[in-house]
Amino acid sequence: MIRVVLPAHLQSLARAGREVEVTISGPATQRAVLDALETTYPMLRGTIRDPATQKRRPLVRFFACREDLSHESPDAPLPGAVETGTEPFLIIGAMAGG
Amino acid sequence: MSGVRVLVGTKKGAFVLTADGKRDKWDISGPHFAGMEMYHLKGSPVNPDRLYASQTSGWFGQVMQRSDDGGKTWEPIGNDFTYEGVPGTHQWYDGTQHPWEFARVWHLEPSLTDPDTVYAGVEDGALFKSTDAGQTWNELAALRHTKGHLWQPGAGGLCLHTIVLDPGNPDRIFVAISAAGAFRTDDGGASWRPINKGLRSEWELPDADAEVGHCVHNMAMHPSRPNVLFMQKHWDVMRTDDAGENWREVSGNLPSDFGFPISVHAHEPETVYVVPIKSDSEHFPLDGKLRVYRSRTGGNEWEALTKGLPQQDCYVNILRDAMSVDSLDACGVYFGTTGGQVYASSNAGDTWNPIVRDLPAVLSVEVQTLS
Repeated sequence: MIRVVLPAHLQSLARAGREVEVTISGPATQRAVLDALETTYPMLRGTIRDPATQKRRPLVRFFACREDLSHESPDAPLPGAVETGTEPFLIIGAMAGG
Repeated sequence: MSGVRVLVGTKKGAFVLTADGKRDKWDISGPHFAGMEMYHLKGSPVNPDRLYASQTSGWFGQVMQRSDDGGKTWEPIGNDFTYEGVPGTHQWYDGTQHPWEFARVWHLEPSLTDPDTVYAGVEDGALFKSTDAGQTWNELAALRHTKGHLWQPGAGGLCLHTIVLDPGNPDRIFVAISAAGAFRTDDGGASWRPINKGLRSEWELPDADAEVGHCVHNMAMHPSRPNVLFMQKHWDVMRTDDAGENWREVSGNLPSDFGFPISVHAHEPETVYVVPIKSDSEHFPLDGKLRVYRSRTGGNEWEALTKGLPQQDCYVNILRDAMSVDSLDACGVYFGTTGGQVYASSNAGDTWNPIVRDLPAVLSVEVQTLS
């Protein structure tokens, strides 16, 4: 079980709480977590990743274990603490104010 | 009892304003989708409780919403707007070719006959259609083959912002795209052609009479006369009497013929409304006076409507989708401003009152007349 923390607007859209859980089979990667998340919450498709390219939206960030994983490969292994559910995988709306 | 429901899209959410037929006491509901840019909301003319909404965000992209109870509750629907085939390219700001990229839905136009059918005008300029109440969307791609490689985005983006359906001919659709022009299909979208003859863009295009490239801001039709369309172009207010084959200017005595929205009175096909804006670089009313102009002669002769509107120190803008009319006996006219006011007139524009004064910047205003 992987814990995923959603930003406020996506909580509203998914009608979910701040933290949700997803189950994946195989290695824990960003792609696997997001695929599982979008399967459980199909209304989130297109909001985190561009639906055509599957790339992270420019103003979305992925944090875990006090690290910014946004620029990691979507197929890179996530930290062990995320895979075991000890630490959550955070989806963040980036700072973009002025 | 009759009433009206005003659907207001703003930079930070949607609001639903309702009143009975007197239109003097208003109930304000919202913000719905708080914090989101609500580009457009529009109801089905067949089933007024069926509403469609375009929700967009710089962070989280495009989300589409549908209500089946007049805006009390909403459900997210399909948001996959994939261009048909290999999308190709259009002209970019620097003159190079640039791939078509979906950015957002600017305008939703529900079918006049089927509540499950709805059209979406998007940026980069394209038209999509759903026949399953917004669950899936398919592009009417022939539109982009109409010299689309020459279309170049304006300052607001390459947006398809106007969709006008012909009530007498379900196969005929008019659309307008910023900095591309107006286009028409007579076969339900299988083929399209530019309808820009008579438009002149002397200061915007190297060829003022070009077939495509004109910056059309908005178009409006009275349902009783589907061959007559009125257009607010970047500069110039235009009119066609032959479904876009030929346009002629009807700016007449307007103090400025720059502006964004244009609307037609619900019961008087020759009565037209515009809101003159000072210029393309000064997007506010002239002299700080917010004035709607009304022509009762189908253009050329315009009168200023000022009663109830601020006549000093007013420097808001009125965006292209932010004016609408109801169809009650005394036609109501409504518009929203970038300053967050929504003004209403229950007497065809003679006098105005603000329904609300302090919303986020208003992007769109649509009115439903309820029986």
